[in-house]
Amino acid sequence: MNPSWLKRLAFCVIPLAWTHDSLAADVSVAVAANFSAPMKIIAQDFERTTGHKAVLSFGGTGQFYAQIRNGAPFSVLLAADTLTPAKIEQEGLGVPGTKFTYAIGQLVLWSKNPGLVDDQGEILKRGNFSKIAIANPKLAPYGSAAIEVLNHLGIMSQVKPKIVEGSNIAQAYQFVFSENASLGFVAMSQVYEDGKLKQGSGWIVPAKMYSLIKQDAILLNSGRNNPAAIALTTYLQSEAAKAVIHKFGYQR
Amino acid sequence: MTPTVTPEAMQAIFLTLKLASLTTLLLLLIATPLAWWLSQTRSRWRASVSAIVTLPLVLPPTVLGFYILIVLGPQGWFGQLTQSLGLGVLSFSFAGLLIGSIIFSLPFAVQPIQYAFEAIGKRPMEVAATLRASPLDAFFTVALPLAKPGLFTATVLSFAHTVGEFGVVLMIGGNIPGKTQVVSTQIYGHVEAMEYAQAHWLAAGMVVFSFAVLIALSRLKRRSERVMP
Repeated sequence: MNPSWLKRLAFCVIPLAWTHDSLAADVSVAVAANFSAPMKIIAQDFERTTGHKAVLSFGGTGQFYAQIRNGAPFSVLLAADTLTPAKIEQEGLGVPGTKFTYAIGQLVLWSKNPGLVDDQGEILKRGNFSKIAIANPKLAPYGSAAIEVLNHLGIMSQVKPKIVEGSNIAQAYQFVFSENASLGFVAMSQVYEDGKLKQGSGWIVPAKMYSLIKQDAILLNSGRNNPAAIALTTYLQSEAAKAVIHKFGYQR
Repeated sequence: MTPTVTPEAMQAIFLTLKLASLTTLLLLLIATPLAWWLSQTRSRWRASVSAIVTLPLVLPPTVLGFYILIVLGPQGWFGQLTQSLGLGVLSFSFAGLLIGSIIFSLPFAVQPIQYAFEAIGKRPMEVAATLRASPLDAFFTVALPLAKPGLFTATVLSFAHTVGEFGVVLMIGGNIPGKTQVVSTQIYGHVEAMEYAQAHWLAAGMVVFSFAVLIALSRLKRRSERVMP
């Protein structure tokens, strides 16, 4: 490349970089797909209050783990489980002691048909449905929670032949939404808005029937010295962020 | 790492081979007349039909899978058709998977056959006609044998593409062992569950198998071409 051309380019680019607030920084965040809706709002609020910009990538937690292990430049991970952040901390990919629970998911038995699911979940025992969708219990905490509920109710053997698995909770929701499955265990955050069901019928499964669906976050190594990344982990635990998280159907 | 071939893996391998073989067979039956029509017609619908056949090549598999899911579902037109025929809803079944695979691999079957037919040109068929062969007779005794390399390519590509198919199966399958859980979705499950050892074994097996099939078929193809005048 011609050096004079490069110099001219530098004259153009350097002032552009300077116009950016020198205190504000960018933080790239890997966000579990089920948390995308609240996180978009939290990121806006975060930018307004702190001036830092959160650049969000949405995807599966297992996929993020594989990417982080192979050098993906994420600074913060918001996982859909507690296992992955623990593993990341243990393997030295994250900053020790920065793990925290940012949201607790709630399980809902949901159908698009308004009359199908009663508010006690008795339909599971009656069994008058053809297919029931759950998230893959091996991959998604919502899936293993659904299995716990079926075992708790003692109806696993009757229901098992009717189970169809989505690879994640978003796909379990799609199966029910497209009515390929008459009902399914989905995340409350998918079907509730402002404390009401958006459509269809549902049963909020009592929390005592399954283990807490905790979603943990962790500061990753590449965010160790990034003020924006550290600010984001603090902001996620603020009352303002918690209010948004709660509004989207998660416990705090 | 110890090689552990679980019964689940065996089941998935068997199901994958069954799906790929049946898809290839049905695709050849569907794609051959379709490719013939596309290669011969002067209809104004030709461009549109050709574009529709090529669409699965362009659409992301999960998007394609999502729409197949909706169409097969109880509210979709195909779902309502199968229900009224007493077949029920085909999503989450082997039949549903087969339909999805056929749509997904359609361009891989149609295009090589179509190019082969086009390469023959008009002359051999005209000669056959002057020898008083009926059009159907000429098709089976002249066009089809001359298009053999295209048919081979279509077979290889359809089979390989179905073995490697993932997004569509993931969307319409429901991960049911023995019914819709194929090797590619099982590998995905292992990777997502961070069981990399199992994933590596299955993936390596898939690579070796696909490589062997492709080599075998290309040898076969070369031999058949040598036989041809």
